[in-house]
Order: sequence, then structure tokens, then C-alpha cells
Amino acid sequence: MQHSVSIRDLSLNFGHVKVLEHLNLDIAEGEFIVLLGPSGCGKSTLLNCIAGLLDVSDGQIFINGKNVTWEEPKDRGIGMVFQSYALYPQMTVERNLSFGLRVARMQKDEVERRVKRASEILQIEPLLKRKPVELSGGQRQRVAIGRALVRDVDVFLFDEPLSNLDAKLRSDLRVEIKRLHQRLKNTMIYVTHDQIEALTLADRIAIMKNGVIQQLADPHTIYNKPTNLYVAGFIGSPSMNFLEGELQGGTEPVFRANDGTVIPVKTYAFETAPNGGAVKGVLGVRPEHIAVGEAAKAMPFATEVEVEIVEPMGSDTLAYTKLAGQTLTFRADSEINLRDGQTVLVGFDPGRGSIFDTATSNRI
Amino acid sequence: MADMTVEQARKGGAGSLTRFLRNIFLRNLSAKIAAAPMMATVLVVFVGCTIWTIWYSFTNSRLLPSGDFVGFEQYQRLFATRRWNVSVTNLVTYGAFSLVFTMVFGFLLAVLMDQKIRFENAFRTIMLYPFALSFIVTGLVWQWIMNPSLGLQGTMRNLGWTGFTFDWLTNPRMVLYALLIAGLWQGVGFVMILMLAGLRGIDGEIWKAARVDGIPTWRTYLSIVLPMMRGVLVTAVVLVGSGIVRLYDLVVALTDGGPGIASEVPAKYVYNYMFGAGNIAQGLAASTMMLLTVMIIIIPWAYLEFGGKGNRK
Repeated sequence: MQHSVSIRDLSLNFGHVKVLEHLNLDIAEGEFIVLLGPSGCGKSTLLNCIAGLLDVSDGQIFINGKNVTWEEPKDRGIGMVFQSYALYPQMTVERNLSFGLRVARMQKDEVERRVKRASEILQIEPLLKRKPVELSGGQRQRVAIGRALVRDVDVFLFDEPLSNLDAKLRSDLRVEIKRLHQRLKNTMIYVTHDQIEALTLADRIAIMKNGVIQQLADPHTIYNKPTNLYVAGFIGSPSMNFLEGELQGGTEPVFRANDGTVIPVKTYAFETAPNGGAVKGVLGVRPEHIAVGEAAKAMPFATEVEVEIVEPMGSDTLAYTKLAGQTLTFRADSEINLRDGQTVLVGFDPGRGSIFDTATSNRI
Repeated sequence: MADMTVEQARKGGAGSLTRFLRNIFLRNLSAKIAAAPMMATVLVVFVGCTIWTIWYSFTNSRLLPSGDFVGFEQYQRLFATRRWNVSVTNLVTYGAFSLVFTMVFGFLLAVLMDQKIRFENAFRTIMLYPFALSFIVTGLVWQWIMNPSLGLQGTMRNLGWTGFTFDWLTNPRMVLYALLIAGLWQGVGFVMILMLAGLRGIDGEIWKAARVDGIPTWRTYLSIVLPMMRGVLVTAVVLVGSGIVRLYDLVVALTDGGPGIASEVPAKYVYNYMFGAGNIAQGLAASTMMLLTVMIIIIPWAYLEFGGKGNRK
């Protein structure tokens, strides 16, 4: 199958600073890829390289099988949506949508047809005669999406499009982008630092750090089987609990925490079966996978802990405790009445957790 | 406190008017005290002197102001004076060229500066340097450069090009353009800096969006960036414009109005009549005409800009 976008061994340096290093990425036709990472991880830089707004130092970029590494952005068959919307302020919405087409001397009725189609899809027809200053943030971003839409492109690039919007609008527009993708079935590459956006929108997520893709997988895999400590800590809120200790292999593998607490990990699906000896490792358990009270008794591992701080979140409650001398956060149903200083029984199934090798920080 | 005054006002009765007046004077008292000196300056110096100027332009004051009204006599005399008419024509010609060229060159230079060039700071300083000189110095420097026997023409002739002619300073038809060269040399750098600041204020994502849209660079500057710099453009026009109207010292230093009266300007006319010829009323009539012209330009613009339906962004 032909890839919609292929990135081959892409590197980018600014002087001596390596921003992207030997990056490879294949994106299928119609796929929704989210590039996720903290600020400065190179995700926006990668997007700008795909768009042709930055010249690469090494490597190639293919879009629909054509090598576009040195093509101008307009010839790549891409449309781009920016965080600050980047609308032309002195032009009406209609002119914003059509300006690029007019400059390219497209037939007038074709321009009108495309503007009409885009404004129908995005429901911005009543706004066509207005200027950007007269629009709300959400409306502006729709116009910005429309500007990519009228170009009739194969690939949509989104550069943190929702970061300037307030929380309510953000979730509304998120759903709308998803609907747009379902309707248009275009390839979409979406950059964000918001993991909720990534998990809800993506077919596959590429988690980046220091110009390197750490893990490229569907949201379920990213959440449940993070490939290394960094991904495990980055995804999930509140973040995953990490217990440091030693992994002992054999027929009855156990994880021995630093203070000697023994946690049986027989239910854990090892990627590479541990050999007999002990390996320094980290056991990761998500706060939402920890059972409290009666439910904990059914778990392969259960122990009593003292609640230090309770944070009621409305739908559920976060509690901070210590397990084996290390911080443990767990999420409990808000019906369970937790108090500071209370001793409760908590338990979890290591099979739903993740074990990482301390030396390589990779998943075992 | 505000609630209390409202309460007092509600009680009404005979004392309400005095309370209302006291309220007007005492509210934000410290702000009023702080603004008072400036208000006084504006009223006395700007408004007061303007009224005084207009008033005495209708008298026959000569060396000292006098109160004898002569109606529009000074104005009739003003427009019958060839020197004044030449001055006005000169100012219009100089102003039109100066405004257009300063803005165009300033913008073009700013665009060149904006191309991520090396040594930008050095170039910027060089371009802005003339602005740091007084018009007198600029005038003297260019007087030397354009002096037919000492400057460019003399040098070229000495080097062997005996037919080379550059005599604008002594040529009544060209002397205005000699002024223009010196004026541009002094003023373009400043406009360039203003425009450069305006260009740098444009969000980089606008440029990216235009590139993805396939809009050529020159078209992006003209159709998108320039309209976005409206504030800077207005500032630059106002500054350049006010410089043109009060054009005086450059003329005095470079040509002193000569040859003949070929490079006279209104400000020089006003100065000469008020302080040189001892004819205050004539000078005041001339300056009233200058004020009137400026008002005719400014008032419609200010109405469009600040008045009307408030359609400003």
C-alpha cells in the first residue's frame, strides 16, 4: 500500500543543535496521526518540515509517493492550520478563504464553488461577509480550517490548533475536527501537547522527545503498554505510579520493592521473558488501576496503606499514600469516604501495569 | 464612598445641587491636580496663542502688536506677494515628493532589512545616523557636496570629466530637488526603523499561512502585511507630514531660500516677516494660513479615524 506521507531518515540541525535526528515515519492514506510531546521536543518542527516551511538538513519527505523534500509548500498538496489562526485581518472571511485561489488565478466559478462547499462543511456561511476581528476564537479557527479545505489538498496539517481556545470550546472543536476527518477521510497530521486531544483524536500517536519518536502506536497501546519510562510518565493524568526495585525471574516471577515488599508479577505479560537473575527495574501502575477496600482483596497484590492527602475531584477522588516507602497515588470512587490519616486496603493487578528495566528504561 | 453619594443624592432636597457640584470637583481630585499643569499649558500656550495669532492677523501690527483692525487686508497683501505664492508652491511640491519617497524608500529599506541579513544592527545604525544630526548640519554637509565648484561637480571635473554638471543648488528649477535629496537622506532612516518595527510585529504564522497558500512574497507584503501595519503607517505619515509643514532650518542652512526666492518656504516667510521685517501682522496672517491648511487636512481625517460610527478595530 502506498503511504500518504513518508518520512525517510529526516534530520534537521540549527547550527550545532540537532532538532530532529534520523526520523522515520510512515502515514497511511486517511490516517489521523497526532504528534505529541512537551514544548521543544521537535513536534512543531517536524510539522513545519512536512509543510515545507523549514528546509531539512538531511533525509527525504514523500507525499503520495512523490518526493517533495525540496518543493514549495504550495506544491505539496498540503493545507495547514495554525495555533494563532493566522487569518488575514483586513480581509473578510470569504476573501480569506479565496485569496490563495485568486492569486493562483483559478476560475471564478470554481473559486465560488469551493468556498461554498467549505463554508457548508464548517457551517460558517453566515460569517462570510465578516472580518476576523468580528469572530470568536472558535469561529476564527473554523475559518482557518476552511482555508485549508478550499485548497482541496490530500494532507491536513494542524499546528496546535486548539491551544488558544478555552476549555469548553476546545472540546467542542475537538469533536468537530474528528467529525471533519470522518467526513473527508483525508490524511491528517496534528501537533499538540495536550494528551486528551491526542488520545481522543488519533488513529496513531507519535510521542516525541528530543527530536526522536519514542513510541508510535494507537492510543490504547500507548496508554496500556508504554514502551519506555518516558512515555509511561507522559501519558495519563495523574501520572503513573513508579515503584523502584528488583525483578526476579523464574517460574514464579516477583518484583521486590526497595524496602523488601514482594509483589508477585506472574500475571504480567513479559515482552522478553526475564532470565533467572535479578534485574533492577521499575514497576508502573496507573492510579486508576488500583482497587480500594473490598475490591482490593481480589487482586493479586494487596496491602494496607495510610492515606496522606485526599483530593476530591467531583466524579472521583485522588488519594496520595506511601507504598514501600514510595509515593503512591490512587483514584477511588467518590462514594468511598476517604479521610486524611485513614488506613485503607489497596490492591492492584501487576498484569495491567508496566515493568521497565532501570538501565535502559525500556519495557520488559 | 460611591454608594454614600448616591444615597445622599437620593435624599434630594435643596442641598442636592451643591452636593452634586462638590461631587464633580472632588471626585478623582488627585488625578485632577496632577493633570492641571498640563491642562493649563494646553489652554494658555496652544489654544491661547492660537487665538492670539488669529486675532492679531487682522490688525495692522508692525513691530509691536496693536489693536487697529484692518479686516482681511493682511491676507490680501499676503496672496498678492509673489514670495508667499512661490513658498506655498514649493512646499506643496516638496511635501508631495518628500512624503511619497520617504514612505516608499523607508518601506523598501525596511523590507530589505527584514530579510534576515547579516550585520543588520550595523546597517540599521548607519541608516539611522543622519536622523541624529540636526537639519543645520545636514544642510551644511549637503551644501558642500552639492556646491558646484567645491563638491561633486568640482571633483568630477578635476578628475577629467569636464562636461560633468551637477549644479542643482544654483539652478532655480532644480534647487527644490536638492532640498529633497538632503531631506530624504535625513528622514528615510527613521521611517525605515518605524516600518521595520511594524514588520517585526507581524505574527510569523501569517507568513507561514501565506506561503502555504502559495502567495508570492511581494504579494504578501502588499496585500497582507502592509494593511496590517496601518498603525505604523499613520504614525509615519503624521511624523513626516509635520516635518514637512515646519520645514525651515534645512532651507536656511542649505540654500537660504535662494537662488533668488526659488527655494522659499512658508515657515521661513513667517519668521522673516515677524522677526526680520518687523511686520508681525503679515507674519501672523501667513501662519494662520498654514494652520488653516493643516486643519483642512487633519480634521476630516480625525473625524474618519476617531469619530463616526466607531468602526475602528
